[in-house]
Amino acid sequence: MITLEPIARPGAPLARRNPVAKLAAAMLFAFPLMTTLDPVTPAIAIAVELAVLPLFGVHPGLLARRAWPLLAAAGGILVTLVLFAADRSGQVLLDAGPIVVTSGVLVTALGLVLRLFAVALPGVIVFATTDPTDLADALVQNARVPARFAIGALAAFRLVPLLGQEWQMITVARRARGVEAGRNPVARLRLFVSTAFTLLVGAIRRGTRLAVAMDARGFDSGVPRTFAPPPAVRRGRLAARRRRATATAGPHWP
Amino acid sequence: MGAGVRVRGFGWRHAGRRGWAVRGVDLRVECGEKVLLLGASGAGKSTLLAALAGLLPEDSGEHEGTIEIDGRPATEARDGVGIVFQDPQSQLVMARSGDDVAFGLENRGVPTGQIWHRVDEALRRVGFPYHRDRPTAALSGGEQQRLALAGVLALRPGLLLLDEPTANLDPTGAALVRAALARAVDADTTLILVEHRVAEALPLVDRVVVLEPGGGIRADGPPEAVFAAHGDALAAEGVWVPGRTIPPRRAAGPGGEVLLTAERLGQPPRLSPTNLTVRAGEALAVLGRNGAGKSTLALLLGGLLRPGTGRLTATPELAGADARTAPHRWRAPALTRRIGSVFQNPEHQFVTGTVFDELALGPRRTGVPESTVHDRVAQLLDRLRLDRLAAANPYTLSGGEARRLSVATALATAPRLLICDEPTFGQDRRTWRELVELLADLRDAGHGLVAVTHDAEFVAALADRTLTLTPPAADPVPR
Amino acid sequence: MQTTDSNRWRTIDIVVASVIAVAFGVIFWAWGVVWSATEGAFSFFPPAQTLIYGVWLVPAVLGGLVIRKPGASLYCELLAAIISALLGSQWGTIVLLQGLMQGLGAELAFAAFRYRSYRLPAALLAGALTGLSAAIFDFVYWNAERDIAAYRLPYAALTIVSATVIAGAGALALTRALTRTGVLDRFPAARERTLI
Repeated sequence: MITLEPIARPGAPLARRNPVAKLAAAMLFAFPLMTTLDPVTPAIAIAVELAVLPLFGVHPGLLARRAWPLLAAAGGILVTLVLFAADRSGQVLLDAGPIVVTSGVLVTALGLVLRLFAVALPGVIVFATTDPTDLADALVQNARVPARFAIGALAAFRLVPLLGQEWQMITVARRARGVEAGRNPVARLRLFVSTAFTLLVGAIRRGTRLAVAMDARGFDSGVPRTFAPPPAVRRGRLAARRRRATATAGPHWP
Repeated sequence: MGAGVRVRGFGWRHAGRRGWAVRGVDLRVECGEKVLLLGASGAGKSTLLAALAGLLPEDSGEHEGTIEIDGRPATEARDGVGIVFQDPQSQLVMARSGDDVAFGLENRGVPTGQIWHRVDEALRRVGFPYHRDRPTAALSGGEQQRLALAGVLALRPGLLLLDEPTANLDPTGAALVRAALARAVDADTTLILVEHRVAEALPLVDRVVVLEPGGGIRADGPPEAVFAAHGDALAAEGVWVPGRTIPPRRAAGPGGEVLLTAERLGQPPRLSPTNLTVRAGEALAVLGRNGAGKSTLALLLGGLLRPGTGRLTATPELAGADARTAPHRWRAPALTRRIGSVFQNPEHQFVTGTVFDELALGPRRTGVPESTVHDRVAQLLDRLRLDRLAAANPYTLSGGEARRLSVATALATAPRLLICDEPTFGQDRRTWRELVELLADLRDAGHGLVAVTHDAEFVAALADRTLTLTPPAADPVPR
Repeated sequence: MQTTDSNRWRTIDIVVASVIAVAFGVIFWAWGVVWSATEGAFSFFPPAQTLIYGVWLVPAVLGGLVIRKPGASLYCELLAAIISALLGSQWGTIVLLQGLMQGLGAELAFAAFRYRSYRLPAALLAGALTGLSAAIFDFVYWNAERDIAAYRLPYAALTIVSATVIAGAGALALTRALTRTGVLDRFPAARERTLI
């Protein structure tokens, strides 16, 4: 079920920094790494990332839970390089028909796998400590994103847990109608598309009503918007209640 | 200050529709008047309300006539008009309650220094029980509607429009919202309210206006006079006119064979272990307040959810040789031949592109020959007044039509047992009455019936037996 | 009837575009739950992924076809990327870069038709270009160090084909199916629907 749960330790020094600043820093750190091919640079980068982890108040277990799917991708890097590596220099370690493993291939694979983690982790850490409302506020105030778009996106984002529940209801409703796919992948795909379609219809219907309700409260009135100052109490509470959306698998019922 | 309303020859046709949603309306409402707007489903009440709120943009349809609020066209007078809609989920914008009330004030450019003062004042007026930092997602439906009302009242509208604000709420939530309205709407605010449940609305209004479905206004005046002259016609069209009861339909005899037995059936943390038997020829109503696990029980009895605790056993009477396996393990086609489920939101159950295919789906899936499928679908279309809509897309149906279709799809495979989750929710009196008749006929023909419901009148009209669930563990009422 | 030729986004354009991105965030989450077994296999042999690559690109084309305003494709795909990051994507900020590029691809296609045609050719081109931008990204970043002829070029070609079929033709079919349900009545797409 998609639920909202707290993720970062609120007292951590960097967790509460401006989300846009955090995001920019993560990108500045990660994007240059995308061009590296040697194993050493990303290894150092990963060490740095793990060292700053406590400053963000992110528990290593959480990071591992978020990042573990990268292991499968790492496996993919290894498999495709063994089969399709452009450069097969170095000492031949294994030669079995199309599969030729050389020391050069392994070093390349190590470099790419480390790069995969080094590039992904900063973003994972930053997003794990970012409240969507704060991100939208900061985007408007620091990145000059138009307020109409940031608020519209935020209003829609609020529907995530609701749509997650709807997905479960639509799924069981299909079984009640006598529709099930069993093990046939084509039937499963069709069922998935049909479920997604029903979800999308409901979501757009909600979105349309939401837009009307927003206009009814003057969202498109053209009057220059004012901004309610965050009350002093808010700051403290905000930190105590820092929450964010996280996706965890498993059924959840009404 | 209240606002005056002048409507002259107003009509509106939505883009993509042949017929006019509303037409030929002439209406004058003075400052501070409190008006209940009535009419059959589809008479155009919501469209008229949206027009009064200046929310019908030119690009979404075609209009005739004029609407003026205090002498200004409605589309230019929006800063003096507030509207609360039916669905709480799609009118809250922000993640925190106070921010949501502030949203409208920020849009209207209210000076920063005044915003929180006005937010707190509005929250107090509607009796909002929490701090303004309360996440909107943590509120019940009734609390969300009160918050939506606060968001509108904070803007101090001269004209307040309410479009069935309690229709999506359980009785407790609806009562809270009505209480909030009674204390928050002051004497000089003009109020126009759309509401099917007249008895509940009457304490708030002093005048009733009835829209004629074909166009124009049928009646206008004090409630007593209007209901004396038009009460019967309105009741027949689906309005819940007070003092007109629907005769109950009880089972002729005691229940027949046992179909399902639940022993300590539960789903922690949503449903505590529950014992019950479901019999053929009997209507069982499952009651209990929000959070008691009623919908979860409906899913469990419908074979749609694996029990968390205890077990559910079908008898050979219901399942033949399959009685040895639990319903949640049955293949879907076998399940749908034995147990039909009707969900709270009909749209969740729609799978195809037309009403006809929707009804034919179940029979086709269960191997009914195509010639029989056509006969069966034709019968259902006729019985549930859907024949005109056979080629329509299911998602384009009105609330009442969609409800009738969802019941019809469950009946199409002729299941011995029917499980309904809030079947009468938000329905007008006409659809309500048809549902009671249909379900009673099924019961009398030997089908088992379980209905999860908040609707006390429905229980009084149909139920032979009731079961009241209590919420699992200590679940204190939020205050 | 007045048309919505104006390039200014109405509130409903903003909110529905956002809701489409959010709904796809949930749909992709559900995809991961439903197909977790196959997902693993795909990860271990990425070329197989190209077959369904277009699925991830549907929001870009759908956003353009429904909203029909400059920026719609870019907005939908970028927001979908931000949402998947907020929902805990393992890829971190990379998805933002990918979302930006893929959204730009579809955006260029609709711009090439001067935001006036939203029929099959525009949809297919939008699918193809969003596929192309995805392919370029993967060619440079993900598939570095593999053999060009045996791996990188076929991978890119399959990505574009998948995007053209699934994201291009698929999003058009989806738009038409949505139109028939009436939920797009306030959008230009609905004007192609017969009166009911």
